[in-house]
Formats: sequence, structure tokens, C-alpha cells
Amino acid sequence: ISLLLSAVYFSTVYFSVYSLAKIVIHLHQVPANKEPGPYQYSKYSYIKLSFKEHGQIEFYRRLTEEMTKKRWKNTPVSQPIPTGTGSQAGKTRAVGIVGIERKIEEKRKETDKNISEAFEDLSKLMVKAKEMVELSRSIANKIKDKQGDITEDETIRFKAYLLSMGIANPVTRETHGSGTHYHMQLAKQLGDMLQAPLEERGGMMALTEVYCLVNRARGMELLSPEDLVNACKMFESLKLPLRLRVFDSGVMVVQLQSHSEEEMIASALDNVSEKGSLTAEEFAKLLGLSVLLSKERLLLAEKMGHLCRDDSVEGLRFYPNLF
Amino acid sequence: MSFEWPWQYNFPPFFTLQPNVDTRQKQLAAWCSLALSYCRHHKLYTLDVMEAQESPMFNNKKIERKLSMEAIQVVFEELRKKGNLEWLDKNKSRCLVMWRRPEEWGKLIYQWVSKTGMVNSVFTLYELSNGDETEGEEFHGLEDWMLLRSLQALQTEGKAELFTMDDGKGVKFF
Repeated sequence: ISLLLSAVYFSTVYFSVYSLAKIVIHLHQVPANKEPGPYQYSKYSYIKLSFKEHGQIEFYRRLTEEMTKKRWKNTPVSQPIPTGTGSQAGKTRAVGIVGIERKIEEKRKETDKNISEAFEDLSKLMVKAKEMVELSRSIANKIKDKQGDITEDETIRFKAYLLSMGIANPVTRETHGSGTHYHMQLAKQLGDMLQAPLEERGGMMALTEVYCLVNRARGMELLSPEDLVNACKMFESLKLPLRLRVFDSGVMVVQLQSHSEEEMIASALDNVSEKGSLTAEEFAKLLGLSVLLSKERLLLAEKMGHLCRDDSVEGLRFYPNLF
Repeated sequence: MSFEWPWQYNFPPFFTLQPNVDTRQKQLAAWCSLALSYCRHHKLYTLDVMEAQESPMFNNKKIERKLSMEAIQVVFEELRKKGNLEWLDKNKSRCLVMWRRPEEWGKLIYQWVSKTGMVNSVFTLYELSNGDETEGEEFHGLEDWMLLRSLQALQTEGKAELFTMDDGKGVKFF
């Protein structure tokens, strides 16, 4: 219980055999300079303490003792609830929940300020980046219009820088299908280079195989996968004897134009019929192809209705379609 | 006479649901006919789906292949669409297999009735399905629910009339 101690006046005790022992504490009127407490007002001018078993005598004794000593007056009259660390003079004394709320608000304002200060540098960076983008765009445009005096070599190098920075080259974007000069040259080069390997491998190679082969051959000046794909996409428009082909499953291959689909399927069917049934792995071994490509071939034959599948715990096998 | 399995039964791909649409259609047709002839041979009128998965009908132990639950449901759906199957419960765990449709049964029964000169006579249902006189007929041993439906089909055709008696149902043929 927190008594309004400065207001306690006197108390009375009365005993009764038949009722519970009670102590009544009568409260004096509140003096003017009193600190705020839990309650500002109360209807009642007394507090009644009821003791069920015993303890009332001891309590009364101690209470009167304290009342006479008025020990609480000796301690500095500070706030009933401590303020917390670092409350400076001049600041409004924060009391109770209001104080805590105020503190949270102050902390939030502080954090806000810190964050905005930190990001000030970034916004400066953004402004600069915008300038850079504008600059490179204007140069690229000049190249396009052939108004600058930059050599072809430098043009290509500059474009490469642009690409690496992720800034789209207006030449590629606008002229869809014709691509950049760089990719065109690359496509021609690939066309020459891949003829022999393709023929060795039965006319078809997965794009990943092409990537490895080409980069290994180049040694320096390696190609990025993106460049490779973009160059391959141009085979058809440049009338090169190669084609980029995407299967249903998403696998991309480069195949010789002379390479015919029907032949492939017919040969697949022959092989499967000869052996009764084949898995992709067995087929790959038979033909000396990668498992990926041989699976694509079998799937294609199935799509055309020449083969049917047997899917069990033993794996995926293909049979001639006897249905 | 033992059941004769169709050639597909020993062809492993038969037990894999084919992705190619045309192939699948042929496959399902073969499964439907297999299921119906199996049920006809063994005089099965109801199927429990869980049991069916283990029965030789869908499980060929010799080649170690069986239809998956998914595939069985597809086959049953095909049968239902053709009018040869009816689900007994919402969970699709039990079904009625009508390897002969009620109308076809009705026709057979009526043929026998007229052949034996019993037109205008009255029969109990029990007599028809289990009586001595019908022994050897195809509809002998026909389950009650199927018999009832077949007679109802005849009733709609005007060739019979069903009525209830003290100890069951009876039918009169016209």
C-alpha cells in the first residue's frame, strides 16, 4: 500500500471478539506543496486495514513508531519513481509512464536524424550517377550518328564497357533483330568454328558444350554466356548454316541446319526397336552423345508418337509405341 | 476357362500413364476394355479401389508393374464417362462396375422370359437371380441392385412392372 504519508494524521484501533480486528487510519487534508501521488483525490478520509488472523498489534506498534519518527522526511524528497539515467537540470522531470513515452519519442527523433545524415551522401551519388548515364547516352548516340571522331576499335570497346555497366546500348534496343556489330562478328566466327565439332557430334551440341569449347579455344578474351546466346540468336538472320534451338524442357542447343529432325527420330526409333527398349543413358552410350541430348531425342520421338514410356522404380525407359 | 490377358498387359509401358495425348487415348481404351472384361469374367459387380490396386487386374506381378493410384482414377473416370461405372461414395473408394449396362441386362432377362413362355407371369426377384430355372443363364447370380436396375429399365420400356409383396419385390412381364 502506498499511503499518502504526509497526510496521515492518527489512527485508532479497536478489537472485538466477534469481528475482525481493524485499524483505521484517518487522513489529514492535503497540504498545498505536496508532490503528486498515485491518487489526486479520494472520496474517503480514512483507510481501514482489516486483519484476519493476527498481526494487528505488531502493525499498530510499528505504525505509531514510524508516525512519531517521521523517518521519511529525512530522505531527500525525490520522485516516488526514479527518472532513469542522465536526466539533466532544466529538463522537465519525467514521471511514470509519461516519462517513458517521452524518452521513446526522443530516441526516435535521434535515429531519424542519424539516418537522414547517412543517406545524404547516397543522394549525392545518385545525382552523379544520373549525370554519368546522361553522358554515356549522349556519346552512344553520337557514335550511332557517326558524329564523333572515335575509331571503330574504340567504339567496340566503349560499347563493351557500357554493356558491362549494365547500360543498354541504344543500337541493340532500337534495331531489334540486327543486334550489335560485335555480336554479328561473333556469330560469324562461331559459324566457322563450330562446323567441325558439330559434325563430329551428330549435328547437335548443347549450348553449354559450345560455351566450354569456344572459351577454351579462345584462351583470352573469353565470351560471356549472354554474348554467346545473343550471337547464336543471330545465326538465322545472318544466313549461317547453324541454328539455335530451344526444346520444350528449356534446353538450348546449336544444331547444323543440314541436320534433319526426321532422320534423328527415325534413327532413335530404329535403335530402340533393335534393343527392345532403351533408357536415356543407354541411348547416350550407344550414340556417343551426352545424356541430356539423347534424352531430348527420345522425348522428341515420344512427342511424335513413335515411342512410348515406361516409368517405374527402375527408371524411365522408352519402348517403340505399339499402342 | 481362365481369363485371357490382352497383349498390352505384358507390355511395361501399359502401366505408365502416357504423356502423348494420342498414345494415352489408345492406352485408356485398352485399360477400360481390360477392366470390364476382367469384371465380367469374374462376375464382379462392385470394386473397392484400394483392393483393385493390388488385384491382378491392375497389378502384373510377372513384369513387376502396376498402375499407380492416379492412373487407376483416370481409368475409372473414363469408365464412368462411358456409363460403365458408378461411384458409391463421395470419396471415390467404392464403385459399381457395369460391364453390362442395365438395359442390356434387361434385354437378356426379357429374352429368357419370352423364350420360356413366361410372359404375363409373376416372379420374385430372388427367383430370377437365384432360382433353379434360371441356372445357366447369364443373369443368374446377378446382384440385387443390378437386377433391380435392369428391371426398372424394362419397366420404362413398358415390358415389365415392379411391385412390392410381403416378403420382397416382385415383377410381372408383359
